[in-house]
Amino acid sequence: MTVLTNMFFSFVAAASFGIMFNVPKSLLFKCGTVGMAGWMVYYFLSEHSVNSLPATVAAAFTIALIGHVYARVYKTPVIIFTIAGIIPLVPGGTAYRAMRSFVQNDYNTAVNLAAKAFMISGSIALGLILSDVFYQLILRRKAPAEKKQA
Amino acid sequence: MGALTTIGVIRLDALLEKQYDIMDVSLMAGKIMLESGAETYRVEDTMVRIALSFGIEESHSFVTPTGIMFSIETDEPTKTKLMRISNRTTDLYKVSAVNAVSRRISAGELTVSEAYKELKAIQRAPMFFSFFMQVAAAASTSGCFVILLKGSWDNVIPAMLSGALAYFLLLKVADVVPTMFFSEFIAALTSGAAAYVLFRMGLGSDLDRIIVGTLIPLVPGLLITNAVRDLMAGHFLSGLAKGAEALLTALAIGTGIAVVMTFI
Repeated sequence: MTVLTNMFFSFVAAASFGIMFNVPKSLLFKCGTVGMAGWMVYYFLSEHSVNSLPATVAAAFTIALIGHVYARVYKTPVIIFTIAGIIPLVPGGTAYRAMRSFVQNDYNTAVNLAAKAFMISGSIALGLILSDVFYQLILRRKAPAEKKQA
Repeated sequence: MGALTTIGVIRLDALLEKQYDIMDVSLMAGKIMLESGAETYRVEDTMVRIALSFGIEESHSFVTPTGIMFSIETDEPTKTKLMRISNRTTDLYKVSAVNAVSRRISAGELTVSEAYKELKAIQRAPMFFSFFMQVAAAASTSGCFVILLKGSWDNVIPAMLSGALAYFLLLKVADVVPTMFFSEFIAALTSGAAAYVLFRMGLGSDLDRIIVGTLIPLVPGLLITNAVRDLMAGHFLSGLAKGAEALLTALAIGTGIAVVMTFI
């Protein structure tokens, strides 16, 4: 049940972000599936007590990879799919708790949490980068002469 | 002899005019994409590609988040144009529409003037989703995040209300006060206060999750993604500029919510 709830709400969250960014109507559903896939990877890994950093890297990697495949199939820029997808991974909760600790003069906790939030943001970037590299390696091997316009 | 020279001049004029038209189409495509939130490297790539499709073998495009420089190399002296970009919004429909036009130009389906008309139409297109729809979408994201962050169901309604307020203010304050980061600050401040008031009125049980949900629509997701992608494509100037913008946006949100928390 919690799995289904998570799937449904991550889908709606990503699709709603698509509406806020004025994604073409026909692509909204796909945006939702990308966001759902990324969140489910993160969810399953963190449920199986994987640290949030590798879990974030894996989720961002999945999001960007599906985004690349979609971009190629539907002939649209890849950012349309990745932007909505990575939003659930953004360390909003951690950043908020860091800010609250700063305000309460609890600098030890605050710096701790801020560093964690920073590391998670870095993990999102790393996941996106890895996915791009991975995708380009496959693409180059598959079609060495073809010009890329993804 | 004189007649021949005249014909030559007319031909040269026509050729020059065509080259300027091609530059205009490229610049227009670049302008729309950059203003709508495309990555810098994609803008450069599209512009060069359009010029190439219209027969300009060598062209150079230099794009930063605030301006476009574009030059084409021909037999005559190099032509260069500069375009300033002052307002940037997020409209992914326009990015994908310009991308589609660029593909059709590459396939040879559009002439220069047809492409210009199509791009003009894209530039004028209004947002597909109405303002109300966008605020409703913001409310829905806020509500969803409470559940995704393992919050309980009674926190969904207050998060949705204050999340909608946050996004409403983000868009409206930016219209009235064009100072950067000010609308994010006001949106975080007011919606954080609204979340606290709703919490004190008895709606919801977990103030922290309500506030995190509230702030989610303000997260600069586009800037984060584009900063990473531009840095990877070797566009350090744009990547760092967008990264700085994302960081300052996050700081503005953080400051806004910090002000609220000093009163709690």
